[in-house]
Amino acid sequence: MTPVRRGNPAWLGHPAILGVAGLAGLLLVIQLLPTLGLVNDRHLPPTSAILAALADELGTGQFWISLKDTLVAWAWGVLIAVGAGVLAGLAIGSVPVLRELTASTVEFLRPIPSVALIPLAVLLYGTEIGSTLLLVCYAAFWQVLVQVLYGVADVDPVAEETARSYRFSAWARVRYVLWPTALPYVFTGVRLAASVALILAITAELVIGSPGLGKDIAVAQASEAVPTMYALIVVTGVLGVLINLLARFGERHLLGWHQSVRGEVIA
Amino acid sequence: MIRRIAYALALPLLLFGGWWVLSAGSESFYAPPLSEILTAFGNTWTLSALRSDVLPSLLRLLSGYLLAAVIGIGLGLAIGVNRRLRFTVEPVLELFRAVPPPVLVPVIMLFAGIGDGMKVIVIVFGCVWPVLLNTVEGVRAVDGVVLETARSYGVTGPARITRVILPSAGPQIAAGLRQALSIAIILMVISEMFAASNGLGFTIVQFQRSFAIPEMWSGIILLGLLGFALSLLFRLAERRALRWYEGLRAAQRRAG
Repeated sequence: MTPVRRGNPAWLGHPAILGVAGLAGLLLVIQLLPTLGLVNDRHLPPTSAILAALADELGTGQFWISLKDTLVAWAWGVLIAVGAGVLAGLAIGSVPVLRELTASTVEFLRPIPSVALIPLAVLLYGTEIGSTLLLVCYAAFWQVLVQVLYGVADVDPVAEETARSYRFSAWARVRYVLWPTALPYVFTGVRLAASVALILAITAELVIGSPGLGKDIAVAQASEAVPTMYALIVVTGVLGVLINLLARFGERHLLGWHQSVRGEVIA
Repeated sequence: MIRRIAYALALPLLLFGGWWVLSAGSESFYAPPLSEILTAFGNTWTLSALRSDVLPSLLRLLSGYLLAAVIGIGLGLAIGVNRRLRFTVEPVLELFRAVPPPVLVPVIMLFAGIGDGMKVIVIVFGCVWPVLLNTVEGVRAVDGVVLETARSYGVTGPARITRVILPSAGPQIAAGLRQALSIAIILMVISEMFAASNGLGFTIVQFQRSFAIPEMWSGIILLGLLGFALSLLFRLAERRALRWYEGLRAAQRRAG
């Protein structure tokens, strides 16, 4: 430690203060780059212009409708993907023969980029919300399925055999042995699925033109409303951060009893 | 061994056969018979088509991905070892990561036009965040005892990074690189769908717009095969680079 550093008050090193300073620094840099003429302001408008455009957007009805469209597609996509992924995962995972049979197919289908389905979605649903949903569900489903499969494979054999020797019914074993073990993995899957679903929802809107924030970004780009475009991109980023925080928060609260979370909090 | 191969092949063959039989008499415009799709596949993706459409896509993908890996690991190391710097930039990085990468396409088009440069920059910008954040996490989680031991044995400077920090952050960095790979494929396709005159994404959209449905299906299948092949390659490379880690984990599992 140098004497200079020791002279700083302790709160200057606090993570929250440093984080806020970092964000403020970013805003300042974006303000200065175009103002000083280092970057063409038709390419990157200064922070003040982006914030003004953001305020404008927040005042229009169209923005809120688009936000709602995006969130509805996102929520349905996550819901369907989680439901299907958990059911399929439990069914496949708890029957060893099924797991062996499907392993190669899952390994093959999972890495197929979901954007490959864009042309198909366009042909099937045009620019309706259905094409967004198709892409969102496809991408999010694999995240959940794979996590549930890991979770089921993680079941303690002693617990499983104990349950068997106490003659638990098949249902009771799923309910009291399999499900609690798999639950943390399910939550990881939900968290991953939630962020992938947002990416795909906005991508679909951007490329296909189904209603939502992504379409608004494409429209802003086409009409050369650059500050509006940046404002909408900031909105999607904030949305992503919020969804991430929400998923983490929900995980910690609903899984508060579980070893993996308890251990994390203590450490 | 034979049993394992049989298990691995049974379901794919069944699905493929099912698709073949069910679609054989298909009159549906959007779901042509599989035999027709396969014929279209052979006719469409000839060697010259592969060279003029798939090769440029792959080159963009690889150069963008490699650049993102180098930048991500480099910056991640710098940020990871410096506590103050990490706290300062972390919220900014989280924000950047949360932005869905495809919305970067219109932004980068403003700066870089619609050439190859744009596509590579888009891929770099999209892929760098998972690599960067995972490297930071990996570097942060390096065992304190290992660090101190290395220091007391006089391992400092570049050796400290290449011999101590990088290997122990390796598994985490690999996880970031794996995430980045799938983002890279998505961005390659999207950026070509937006604005291009060649490439896989461009060709598939062309087929869709001209209602060449069997050709479009063959393009989707090719993209799927490409995604599968790349993830397979990645896994082989990962297994080679992290052999010590896999061995360690297997040993721990046996002991535990």
